[in-house]
Amino acid sequence: MAIGKSATRVDAVDKVTGRALFTADLVPHQHLVAKVVRSAIASGRVLSIDVSEAQKVEGVIAIFTCFDPDLPSYQIYTAGHPWVVDPAHRGDIEDRHILDARVRQYGDNIAVVVAEDTVAADRALRRIKVEYEEYPIIFDYEDAVQPPAGTPPIHEECPSNVQAEWDTQTSLEGTGYDSIEEIHGDPAYHHGSYTMRTPRQQQAHIETCLSYCYMEGDRLVCVTSTQIPHIIRQSIGLALEIPWGKVRVVKPCVGGGFGNKQDVLYEPLNAWVCKKLGGRCVLLELSREEVFAYTRSRQPKRFEAKATWDDDMNLVARSCEGYSNSGGYASHGQAIVANGQGSFRYMYSGQEKACYTKALTYYSNQSTAGAMRAYGVPESTWAAECMMSDIAYDMGWDGADFRLKNAIKLGYSDPFWPAPLVCVSNGLPECIQRGKELIGWEEKKKLYANETGPIRHGVGMALLCYKCSVAGLELETASARMLLAEDGSVMLELGATEIGQGCDTVMSQMCADAVGVPLEAVHILSTQDTDVSPYGAGAYASRQTYVTGIAIKKVAAELREKILAYAAELIPDGVNLDLRDGWIVGGPDRDNPQPLMELGELSCIAYYSRTNSQQISAEGTAQTDLNSFCLGASFVEVEVDIPLCKVQVKNVVQVHDSGQIINPATAAGQVHGGIAQSIGFGLYEELLEDPATGRTLNDNFLDYKIPTTLDIPDLTAEFVETWDPTGPFGNKSLGEPPAIPAAPAIRDAILDATGVKLYEAPMTPQRLYEGFQAAGLV
Amino acid sequence: MYDITYFHEATSVQDAVKALTEHPEAKVIAGGTDVLVQIREGRFGPTELVSIHELRDELWGVVLDEDETICIGPITWFHAVNQDPICQERIPVLCEACDTPGGPQLRVSGTIGGNVANGITSADTASTLFAYGARLVLEGPHGRRTVPIEEWYAGPGKTVREHDEILVSIQIPRDHYEGFYGDYIKYGKRNALEIATMGCCCLVKLTDDHETIEDVRFAYGVAGPTPCRSHAAEEAARGKTVAEAAELVGDAALEDLHPRDSWRASKDFRMQLIKEMTKRALVNAANKGGSSASWK
Repeated sequence: MAIGKSATRVDAVDKVTGRALFTADLVPHQHLVAKVVRSAIASGRVLSIDVSEAQKVEGVIAIFTCFDPDLPSYQIYTAGHPWVVDPAHRGDIEDRHILDARVRQYGDNIAVVVAEDTVAADRALRRIKVEYEEYPIIFDYEDAVQPPAGTPPIHEECPSNVQAEWDTQTSLEGTGYDSIEEIHGDPAYHHGSYTMRTPRQQQAHIETCLSYCYMEGDRLVCVTSTQIPHIIRQSIGLALEIPWGKVRVVKPCVGGGFGNKQDVLYEPLNAWVCKKLGGRCVLLELSREEVFAYTRSRQPKRFEAKATWDDDMNLVARSCEGYSNSGGYASHGQAIVANGQGSFRYMYSGQEKACYTKALTYYSNQSTAGAMRAYGVPESTWAAECMMSDIAYDMGWDGADFRLKNAIKLGYSDPFWPAPLVCVSNGLPECIQRGKELIGWEEKKKLYANETGPIRHGVGMALLCYKCSVAGLELETASARMLLAEDGSVMLELGATEIGQGCDTVMSQMCADAVGVPLEAVHILSTQDTDVSPYGAGAYASRQTYVTGIAIKKVAAELREKILAYAAELIPDGVNLDLRDGWIVGGPDRDNPQPLMELGELSCIAYYSRTNSQQISAEGTAQTDLNSFCLGASFVEVEVDIPLCKVQVKNVVQVHDSGQIINPATAAGQVHGGIAQSIGFGLYEELLEDPATGRTLNDNFLDYKIPTTLDIPDLTAEFVETWDPTGPFGNKSLGEPPAIPAAPAIRDAILDATGVKLYEAPMTPQRLYEGFQAAGLV
Repeated sequence: MYDITYFHEATSVQDAVKALTEHPEAKVIAGGTDVLVQIREGRFGPTELVSIHELRDELWGVVLDEDETICIGPITWFHAVNQDPICQERIPVLCEACDTPGGPQLRVSGTIGGNVANGITSADTASTLFAYGARLVLEGPHGRRTVPIEEWYAGPGKTVREHDEILVSIQIPRDHYEGFYGDYIKYGKRNALEIATMGCCCLVKLTDDHETIEDVRFAYGVAGPTPCRSHAAEEAARGKTVAEAAELVGDAALEDLHPRDSWRASKDFRMQLIKEMTKRALVNAANKGGSSASWK
């Protein structure tokens, strides 16, 4: 069996040796380059663009501005979601033109220069003169809902600047209260109220965002670094008003996305420019600075929350309002904070009588935010865990006991999900137990209890709860195709995209077991090409192993059936025929079948038979409405240098219940990467914008602080392998959950070490200084 | 692609000087770890470059001259200074400082001369060279001149080097280093690939009891627009025991140093760092000289 083994990644050798081909490796020799002309203001309107000097630069081919008459007049949405057939259920906001005279963020796309090389393009950019009418900048929530007089709304269609506001209130029936506020005011209980903030974290994938487009006949080809090739095809079709079949999107190897590439970034502009130039090949490659400031990021959020609890470690009620800043455009908009607030509710649903959440997303003139790994849940978990951490600390309770008592229980059914969303597998108690052992919870708590002096230590923890996919709320579909080659190997084609996370390997493992061949006999096509690849929505929502796995199981069953039918013809006296490990086996004793024919022999006969020639293949689509909960616990040990306001993370242990683990080695890799990103969220990473200009201040890897290997300790990842009945192989999901709990666990550990409660992530030295100063420690 | 319109690979210092004379807009490039980054950012537009990268015979390596002045060639990599036996023996704190810029790749292309010639307050070696009272030798069309580091900086990112002059040697005289123990603390927001939020170098000479401060120097990066010393802290420490001085130097340093508010760090936080780092640098340096004082 291949499942459950730490198989070497199928792309390991190519990626280690540099043979793997990424978009930039494939650009045809004869190509032009496009550079976006960006607004030098954050809000206003372009009055004129003078390109006369720029056009004189040698090597400049064309300059297209937001006043170009060929620009489509309608707006598109950019969130990377599959098409929604029913117009009433289309939630993504169509609020973006390819180029626009209305400037809504600093660096907005107002024109494009096409040149023979980047030097010529850059020289032209510096010679373009733009006249603006400027509007006051709407920076945060207060500005958005109460802008200075005379400030036009950021989008005409949204006069309030509030994209959406949703409330959920669990039923109060049988609680004896008429409102949750009544519970929060009941003198029988303890109460707390809290304000938490989370940062504009950037995905900071190593491969920048780039694409190139050219035309073949009347069809447009776009090769792009994306998580969502099929959705990019749909979006280019919608943006340019051309039939989707006339667009071909190719996704080669991708160097990371973390949600940024689950968005339609510059592909429609690239395609439009290519079309304007008669189909000449045009490369549009963003610099690192542009990726930071002008693609997407995690939406900055503020949470206003309340908690009520009793003397016996029970939560009684929680309320949480989440305010999310999507910037100049909606991108994924309200879906993100709403998803986060869901996890807020599920995670500590164990004892409480009532839970209220509000999700609100507003426009501002900050840069556009969108999807990032774990889609709102690291933020809402930060909010939930700050509260748990404070309550346990103030009450003198063990944080692990308190959390376990109040955590989600087996059988939990969410009242708001449109389809059943039930906790059908729950390894959380074991995760907490194992995490405590690995970190040395009890011993360390004792050891560090009475420290004084400038250097102090602490341990902390946090939990996570994350859905396995978007099934039940949105479409979950996946397709697969399998072709049997002459030698009995299986060509596996999927719409599921490998973006560095390792999905090609686990898909191959699932295919090998489902068909009955050794792993080496599965050859997965890593490149998605929408002309030939089966449909897949793409890499997001931690969904691919969970959903595409179902398609693999279904198509493999069909392939096996066809193989065994052919085998039955070749081995007429065979009984109980089966396919195992690349052999047709059979015989009267089902428990001890005998090898009868190698699959390669069968397949070769099938291809070249003079009487019954067949290329044995299968393909199909699987759809699911079933969903489940991934769970886990993070435990952290820190050293705090109080006078220098520095935290060193000494140890992180994270234990996940993601159901059955398909590949322990790649799963551990996901956990390690997720912890590192969460350490970044908790201590380092934050894109900053100047409130006066809207310009991003730290659009580079020096000033945007990603933790380095010297900032991250050795990490321990373990798994509690429950069997989840909703997953194709007992598995749940693991793509995003690892990025959720380490940050609040660090916060809990700093509280343990210093007694200082911090509410804003990242907990930078500056914020630690402010916290320590307020506490009289410095 | 980089917008470079002229490139001259100099064959000698005088050849570089001549090229600079002929190209009044040209920039000097050695390791390129600052200049290429700035060209890529488009900061200069089309750029002319005069390279001194190949002048290893004239500008590379560390030698001890007859009066035991340490002479460091400006195109010597950070890593090469860090590994140099003369530096390790006589000015180990400069070796420590040379191990802090960027990451390993940067330290085998970035040069100590570039770190000083760029005039930047956050340069990791600048505060240490300041504490050592380094002398910087320039060569131009009319010969050589020597500038004490105290007179080198002309403002943020600016030095007194004329356009057609090349920094040819960084010199530390024997009496500037002999008998001193030193410590450099770089404060960054993370532990590698970092530009200093604050840098502090302390050099201390102890009396025979290993606890009394005979002489001391404190130099800082990022505490002002250029690297600088705190004479008030030095004054406060001289003649005291290390333990006594440790309690005084932090506040004393704040008399001389006036950091600014910026989005990178607030003034108050920088003052907290100056206070604490001055104390720790003194104690750490004195510990190397045998003192048993502790900052903890």
